[in-house]
Amino acid sequence: MARLAVSAKELVKWFGEGEARTMAVRGVSFDAYFGEMLFIEGPSGSGKTTLLSMISGILRPNSGKVIVEDREIWELPGDQIADFRLNTVGFVFQDYHLFPKLTTVENVAIPLILKKLDWEESISVALRHLEIVGIRDRAYLAPVKLSGGEQQRVAIARALASSPDIMIFDEPTASLDGDTGRRIVDFVKTSVLNENRSIIIVTHDSRIFEYADRIMRMEDGKIIGVEKGGQNAQ
Amino acid sequence: MKGILKIAYKLLVNDRGKFAALLVGITFAVFLIVMMTSMFAGILYRSSSTVINIGAKIWVMDPAVNTVANSIPMPDYVLDAVRSINGVKYAVGLYSGGALAKLPNGVYQSVTVIGLDDASLYGRPSLIEGQIEDIFADNAFIVVKDSEFPKLGSPRLGSEFEINDHRCVIVGIAKVTTGGLFGVPTLYTTYNRAIQYIPSTRYTVSYITIEPKSSDAVPYIKQQVKALGYEALTKEEFIRKVSNFYKYQTGLGTNVLLMTVISFVVGLSISGQTFYTFILENLEKFGALKAIGAKGKELVSMILFQAAFTALTGYGLGVGLASLLIAVAKLRLPNYAAKITFENLAFAFVMVLVIAAISSYIGVRKVIKIEPFDIFRG
Ligand SMILES: Nc1ncnc2c1ncn2[C@@H]1O[C@H](COP(=O)(O)OP(=O)(O)O)[C@@H](O)[C@H]1O
Ligand SMILES: [Mg+2]
Repeated sequence: MARLAVSAKELVKWFGEGEARTMAVRGVSFDAYFGEMLFIEGPSGSGKTTLLSMISGILRPNSGKVIVEDREIWELPGDQIADFRLNTVGFVFQDYHLFPKLTTVENVAIPLILKKLDWEESISVALRHLEIVGIRDRAYLAPVKLSGGEQQRVAIARALASSPDIMIFDEPTASLDGDTGRRIVDFVKTSVLNENRSIIIVTHDSRIFEYADRIMRMEDGKIIGVEKGGQNAQ
Repeated sequence: MKGILKIAYKLLVNDRGKFAALLVGITFAVFLIVMMTSMFAGILYRSSSTVINIGAKIWVMDPAVNTVANSIPMPDYVLDAVRSINGVKYAVGLYSGGALAKLPNGVYQSVTVIGLDDASLYGRPSLIEGQIEDIFADNAFIVVKDSEFPKLGSPRLGSEFEINDHRCVIVGIAKVTTGGLFGVPTLYTTYNRAIQYIPSTRYTVSYITIEPKSSDAVPYIKQQVKALGYEALTKEEFIRKVSNFYKYQTGLGTNVLLMTVISFVVGLSISGQTFYTFILENLEKFGALKAIGAKGKELVSMILFQAAFTALTGYGLGVGLASLLIAVAKLRLPNYAAKITFENLAFAFVMVLVIAAISSYIGVRKVIKIEPFDIFRG
């Protein structure tokens, strides 16, 4: 029996008040397990990013719970939620959010520096992660000098650097061509996933569904179904 | 350096254009503030040059005296009365007045003449050339070799000129600690010769300078002089009185204050505005840092560090630039009065800290308010 990594219970999130109120997520419950790659699929505006943010400690839900390793994260005080984001989750943002004024390796070193490793050590650990994602030779370039796929790898290296238990990807292939996208997800499946890590990928890119262990479908803030993944599933 | 601050440093400095604009704003403000206050300090310092050069501990004068040059002569009995005050070791009269010197080539030049007490020569200058005793020789004058010296035709020992048809001979050349403000050469002679050569009012004592028996005697001396209807000031008090006159009663102080306020406002708006745009443009980055797991106080420390670093660098550049300019100006214009004092530097430093504090306050407020989720909404 697989170990439970994340358990979301009845998550609700809306934005705005009164007339302008939009329900982004309307009571979503699901579980994600260690050693699995869970895909969340759905049309644009269906609440996927909002849901990811709530389970990764970035956005507080209006109601519901997120339980990770026996802790209800939204009951933690603010600083501990920050620590949860830093130590437990690795979030690969849709548009990467790399720092253009820092070099690639410095970008990857950020979570390590936030974890209070000293500068030299942070840089050397970051270099190792760039090695893992295969762009060690790009370490001292500015991220803007890199191709889209390479930037995606930098973002992955940065999320990986803090050795998170849960890796979250928001539309990782949205701005990549088909081949590059597949290669990235293939890499994630083979090199990032392990039995002590849970990976959640939001996408509406059907070309990569074959890598999913389970695919959860969302529409209009609700889960409308869960199915087994594609041919490359375990 | 803590890693997070190193990141802050790189985010700041690698943004070359913004960083340069920030530095220009602060450097400019510091430069102007230091220049203005230094000019002012220099002028104030020079305005008391006679007090500093004579070096007497206590000065007795008419209470209405505002500047050293505009002395109000006192009757001779005051000198006798002062001498009999308990605690006065000795007291001598000092003449200070303006005169016109006629140079050998026929040119007239204004001069300040200081007449030293004949018996004691109290307040005598130290000489580079000649002997102080020669001041007792006929027609003897000592000239001060300050920046005004060439206006007398750079006289040598034995050079002659006239004051009110009296022949005057240079018998000594004195060095000076502080040059004067008014751009005229200074001559020393004896008190008696001064009042003989220069037509004067009924009273002739410009100042009475006192050497007290001990510093404990000073309050008593002051009190007794006050009873005579005159004012006794210590050297420091006299300097302060003259400074205050220039500061508060001549418009000079107000103008300098105004310029300083303007420099401050200009510096603040340039740097404050630039720092604000810098923070705004980086807001998304700060949001991303929060999303990655940075705590609010870490972001605040980054911003404070950036503000402080910019402020200190700008301060250093501004002070350096001002010192350089003053040094160059002094080389070219020996009479240039600016003087960088510790107070000026401290004042500019406080101004810079205020600029940095105000700029970062706005940034800090923005950054504390940002939610990590905001980065998902362009
Ligand atoms: N910060 C926000 N303020 C207001 N509305 C928002 C905000 N974020 C998301 N929404 C709305 O919530 C809904 C779900 O958005 P999102 O989670 O980004 O969807 P997805 O990632 O599936 O495209 C959309 O209708 C969106 O407009
Ligand atoms: Mg989205």
